[in-house]
Amino acid sequence: MASPIIITPAQVATSRDGEVVMLCLSGNWQITASPPRWEQPALDRPLRRIVLQAAAIGDWDSSLALYLSAARTWSGQQGVELVEQGVPAEVGRLAALLAPKPTPPAPQPQLADLVASVGQATHQLWQETKDLAQLLGECAYSLGRFIRGQAQFRWRDCFTEMQQCGALALPIVGLISFLVGVIMAYQAAVQLRQFGADIYVADLVGLSVVREMGPMMAAIVLAGRTGAAFAATLGNMQANEEIDALETLGVSPIDFLVMPRIMALFLMMPLLALYADFLGIMGGLVVTASILDIPSSLYWIETKSIIDLSDLSTGLIKAATFGLIIGLCACLRGLQAERSAVGAGRAATAAVVTSTLLIIVSDAVFAVIFNILGW
Amino acid sequence: MNTASGKSKFAIEVEGVECRYGERVVLTNVSFAVKPSEIFFIIGGNGCGKSTLLRHLIGLKQPVQGQVKYFGRDFTHADRAGRQELLRTFGVLYQNGALWSSMTLAENVALPLELYTQLDRRERARIVSLKLAQVGLAGLEDYYPVELSGGMKRRAGLARALALDPAIVFFDEPSAGLDPITSLKLDELIRQIRDTLGTTIVIVSHELPSIFDIADRVVMIDSGARGVIAEGEPNQLREASPDQRVREFLNRRVAAVQQQQGILHP
Ligand SMILES: Nc1ncnc2c1ncn2[C@@H]1O[C@H](COP(=O)(O)OP(=O)(O)OP(=O)(O)O)[C@@H](O)[C@H]1O
Ligand SMILES: [Mg+2]
Repeated sequence: MASPIIITPAQVATSRDGEVVMLCLSGNWQITASPPRWEQPALDRPLRRIVLQAAAIGDWDSSLALYLSAARTWSGQQGVELVEQGVPAEVGRLAALLAPKPTPPAPQPQLADLVASVGQATHQLWQETKDLAQLLGECAYSLGRFIRGQAQFRWRDCFTEMQQCGALALPIVGLISFLVGVIMAYQAAVQLRQFGADIYVADLVGLSVVREMGPMMAAIVLAGRTGAAFAATLGNMQANEEIDALETLGVSPIDFLVMPRIMALFLMMPLLALYADFLGIMGGLVVTASILDIPSSLYWIETKSIIDLSDLSTGLIKAATFGLIIGLCACLRGLQAERSAVGAGRAATAAVVTSTLLIIVSDAVFAVIFNILGW
Repeated sequence: MNTASGKSKFAIEVEGVECRYGERVVLTNVSFAVKPSEIFFIIGGNGCGKSTLLRHLIGLKQPVQGQVKYFGRDFTHADRAGRQELLRTFGVLYQNGALWSSMTLAENVALPLELYTQLDRRERARIVSLKLAQVGLAGLEDYYPVELSGGMKRRAGLARALALDPAIVFFDEPSAGLDPITSLKLDELIRQIRDTLGTTIVIVSHELPSIFDIADRVVMIDSGARGVIAEGEPNQLREASPDQRVREFLNRRVAAVQQQQGILHP
């Protein structure tokens, strides 16, 4: 940095002589140095001609063309003659490329749009439901091929995914379930102690963890952790034409990419849910042992007495279904992703949102079904 | 290799294909045929629909009308099994290689072999080494695609496309973004593959040097005409095409009136 470049700022000097306005441009016209904008001359007196004198300008760039174009447009509209003196020919040509702006279309009335947007949203929801159903159908078809041993399914990929979504998720699923157990035990303890029913904390925590919170917490964690990863991976593969390359090899992306992932989630989710159940109950046990003075053995016996096989199995059925939902949503979003870098990111977000929503919805449906069945 | 070529005079026949995106018609009534062991170029200006046509030829999109035949067998309306079989007659080199990024180069090249041949692991590894050596990437078996440059990725993609010794290889803009020497070498490689294996080569490109170097025949498509405007040998078209657009394109020269536009700074 030897010497800073001295820039004379762009200037427009206006002078008036009867019906003629003289605009003298000087200085360096640089778009980064906020050059003057076109200002229309006062029209209080009749105006016949504008003379644009640009002989004294230094360097110039598109800003000068912008100015010139505005001057031309204005004088054209007002029927004023514009005389350009000393304007570089290239600027004239650049300004000619700046075609006059077409008038913007009138804004649509807002209220009438409400009906249209509700309709569009409904249509889109229907479309997405169809897409999901189609993917489910294709997976079922692929499962059929798998059973007949014709699918291009690689157990190796499935095991890798199982490790990713199962074993590597143990710490976070464990921590969250344990803390949920602690929270529930605290809440229950405050209420039940008033009635001297301290021991029923074990029943409450045990049942809600096994039937609801265990599978649910595992599913939410996996939706965020694994679902997003699946969608981003598939979205990236889509953008990079990797999925096209599979298809032109005659390999079904459903067999090869989607099935191992869904299978991995379907198999690992019940195991993770069991693990989450255990740690949730442990959370409750720690709280009761430390603040309610209930011996751990008593808590454990009470828990064992209240939880039966139907509670466990409802939890496990839910967990497997949640796994299926996460896998389907993630793969659907990934395969739908736009072929661009942002596409993969959006797919990941959409996968988490969709699968979380569907997990909660299906949990509600399960609640009704199990209630009817009396499980 | 080329087992099916005896049945038909042509390796590829495109008959009245129409390509659309939604309502927007990109190409209509595209017809041409490619002979076996020919190096055939699909050329045309930016945005005229070359890549779109390629996607229709290789079955990534279904033509709205018309059909594509490989060695006399209808690909467009084939059932699943027939389609699978025809898909194995051709390999595709995508613009950026489209290597599977979670696998090493060796695994990339080995996957088609694993799926469609009875070779055991050791034999596969030998074929993989051979294919990688063929494209000048010997010894890079354990590299992941991210560790390669653009030109290397493309060559690796070629090795994968050649893994099953397909009768036809499609190339999407093989020399885009390559330096002149690398691009020249790639052209030589393509010609060499054709000469040694009798492979039919179809290339989407607008690189004039490559076209005049290695193309046996070209078909030119145009966005205004939404279809084929010329078909023939490149040198002949350059000299004597009745269509001015074709001569301009191949001579890299534009009529004086249009030349003025868009020239900017002093
Ligand atoms: N996914 C898409 N959806 C809608 N229109 C598309 C899509 N892809 C391409 N098009 C349109 O189809 C036309 C042909 O595009 P295509 O990519 O086939 O051109 P091209 O000949 O390969 O051009 P280039 O030489 O620049 O690669 C373009 O006008 C483009 O706008
Ligand atoms: Mg293209």
